[in-house]
Amino acid sequence: MSEETIAMKVARYRPEHAAEPYVDEYRVPYREDMVVLDALNHIKDEIDGSLAYRWSCRMGVCGSCGMMVNGKPRLTCSTFLREFYPKPVVVEPLRHFPVIRDLVVDMTDFMEKLKEVKPWIIRKEEKPVEEGEYLQTPEELDAYKQFSMCINCMLCYSACPVYGRDPEFLGPAVIALGRRYNLDSRDQGQTERREVLGVDWGIWDCTFVGECTVVCPKDVDPSAAIQREKVATTTEAMLSMMLPFKGRA
Amino acid sequence: MQTFVHDIVIVGGGGAGLRAAIAAAEVSNALSVALVSKVYPMRSHTVSAEGGSAAAMGEGDSLDLHAFDTIRGSDYLADQEAVEVFVAECPGEIVRLEHWGCPWSRGPDGRIAVRAFGGMSVNRTVFAADKTGFHLLHTLFQTSLKYEGIVRYDEFFVTKLLVEDGRCAGVAAIDLRDSEVRCITAKAVILCTGGAGRIFSFTTNGAIKTGDGMALAYRAGVPLKDMEFVQYHPTGLPGTGILMTEASRGEGGYLTNREGKRFLEEYIPSKMELGPRDILSRAIIQEIEKGRAFDGPYGQYVHLDVSHLGEKLIDEKLPFVRELARNFVGIDPVHEPIPVRPVVHYMMGGIDTDLVGRTRLPGLYAAGEAACVSMNGANRLGSNSLSECLVFGARSGRQAAEDALEAGQTDVRPVEKVAQAEQARLVATYLEKETGRERISAIRRELQAAMERGAGVFRTEESLKEAVEEVRGLRERYRDVALDDRDRAFNTELVAALELDNMLDVAETVVRAGLERRESRGSHTRRDHPDRDDERFLKHSLAFTAPEGPRIEYGDVSITRWPPAERKY
Repeated sequence: MSEETIAMKVARYRPEHAAEPYVDEYRVPYREDMVVLDALNHIKDEIDGSLAYRWSCRMGVCGSCGMMVNGKPRLTCSTFLREFYPKPVVVEPLRHFPVIRDLVVDMTDFMEKLKEVKPWIIRKEEKPVEEGEYLQTPEELDAYKQFSMCINCMLCYSACPVYGRDPEFLGPAVIALGRRYNLDSRDQGQTERREVLGVDWGIWDCTFVGECTVVCPKDVDPSAAIQREKVATTTEAMLSMMLPFKGRA
Repeated sequence: MQTFVHDIVIVGGGGAGLRAAIAAAEVSNALSVALVSKVYPMRSHTVSAEGGSAAAMGEGDSLDLHAFDTIRGSDYLADQEAVEVFVAECPGEIVRLEHWGCPWSRGPDGRIAVRAFGGMSVNRTVFAADKTGFHLLHTLFQTSLKYEGIVRYDEFFVTKLLVEDGRCAGVAAIDLRDSEVRCITAKAVILCTGGAGRIFSFTTNGAIKTGDGMALAYRAGVPLKDMEFVQYHPTGLPGTGILMTEASRGEGGYLTNREGKRFLEEYIPSKMELGPRDILSRAIIQEIEKGRAFDGPYGQYVHLDVSHLGEKLIDEKLPFVRELARNFVGIDPVHEPIPVRPVVHYMMGGIDTDLVGRTRLPGLYAAGEAACVSMNGANRLGSNSLSECLVFGARSGRQAAEDALEAGQTDVRPVEKVAQAEQARLVATYLEKETGRERISAIRRELQAAMERGAGVFRTEESLKEAVEEVRGLRERYRDVALDDRDRAFNTELVAALELDNMLDVAETVVRAGLERRESRGSHTRRDHPDRDDERFLKHSLAFTAPEGPRIEYGDVSITRWPPAERKY
């Protein structure tokens, strides 16, 4: 039985050897149940140990293995080769990020922005643990649950033309996570968070392209989070104009 | 060499590490806490835990009942003192996580809900749908961002504990960005690096689970305890090993064989699908041996059937199982059974610690799967491990903080010297080595295969002896490894080489301790010694490093209120 193979065209960047990125082409065995990450692992294990990329859980939840696959941001552990076979598969680092090495991008910017949006529960007064949990009905949980599913895989940043143009933009995932806490019935930090979200490079920078939602592997729908946050912020501003002493509704 | 001075260094940014970091930061905001991890914390393997986190919070439950279930599940090898501490602190930890925003699933009254789990006699498992680990990890990580005292070293790989004058005084870690060693000093070091499932070829564990902290402690002279006890989870997807959560059985799923029969009737009729993992994994292997399993390209398997639970329940309680089965094997569990087989999941053993995470080496602590307190004994109950990360992460973090506040300043200079020697070793052994013919991937693959053959669900004197020999041989061959990659920027092959070094050490303790334990207890099943032997082996094994391979000693088991008895269900 002759073994089927598939061509992998992989972007390389080795700053110690060449100033510019280049492409290496490898042929790897093809099976219908192989994902792109399996092909990369085959290359690294059997052909070229110098290929650098991140991965861990290989079940689509750790968020490490996002790369551009044939031009689209994808989790390589969850993208099957059969989608492309027999055509070659082109693997590149996630777009819109500085590249450290080969397929490894620098995500410092995201980590800093994540902290800015204060992704933790803010309370005026903390209830002591001994007094038990805050009650939260399944409906209240549903209000923010979807936005809590973000695995920080960065695919939405790669898909977002606004982030590509304006690196100041907070970006889809960070805004969705800010929204996640704003919508949590236990949280009282909406006003603080709106100082971060409501700036020009926050929600108002988004032009509602919606690509973030298309590429999100976890159906978080950051685009909806941003649009709804815009509405909420506007409503709050209107209310505070009409009812200056009432603050937040 | 760059040196960073902190009060506490935590290695590993998963459930235990983050919980320890927050606990330490809360003891005093004057403390500087370094969180060092080879991956960004939210990539840690805690993220893959699915089913839930145990705490006696539900109706009809009690601390004693949780303790008894855990001890019986452990086949009486758990330290009962540790179990009592553990069960008492689980509910508080669950509530604390709730206050920090964890989206626990709720009952209609808004209270935290509990579900059934294997080996637990009442509903006791708190959950966030079937992405409990993911939510727990992200809640802890996001909450950790508000503590100014926590300083992160993301993508730093710790290669050595810096021991000076009989104390652990920090770590040497390579910054993956440039492969240079940094010296990170502290008055207390906590290892929270998780398990080592990757020493086997078929595992639920992510690529990062290479037993790094275990190997670091072991080389520093701290024993690894009960390493022979490796948990096989009964239900992994053939081929990939992706976990199908026990919650699918907790919610009412069935295990069936080729005859369409719920075969557990023959093995554990009182518990059926809610039996503990060791018993269920053995049952599946026996079904395979009796020819009542299905044949597949990745070995024989049985069926996990949840289709009778209906789409609504599956989407609400088991959405991840549906997502994973659809994406990775093209099966929609709403309509079809899922192929599953036993898969390496968890190490009951680990770094020997006391109840507050202290090891025998002053200044060194451990918590989570990397540690062995021991509360899991010979078999861990599902959903006890996330709680273990919280309870013992917090305990070790607090203890390390209190000890650090008492301790005098570390003299940095001698510690730096050790780190400099480590830098020289890494350059000579890997980056500038001129000889070597062995590929990392080849040795790793052979190690994993040897472990599967020798230390699987069923073991014998022969299989273990052979594995001991094979691991020794691979250790020899490892001296001859050569890297393709000599770059300094993000050299993942260097990391893989160092991980393999760790895996070899950890694997050797598993097979050596397994060989010496000539009885069957919990997950350790010897065909040649099928019975439990309390007379000789109601003992913890302790593997110490020695030039000729691990030296095995034994330590006592703490028994408080539950005298060892036959493990009946």
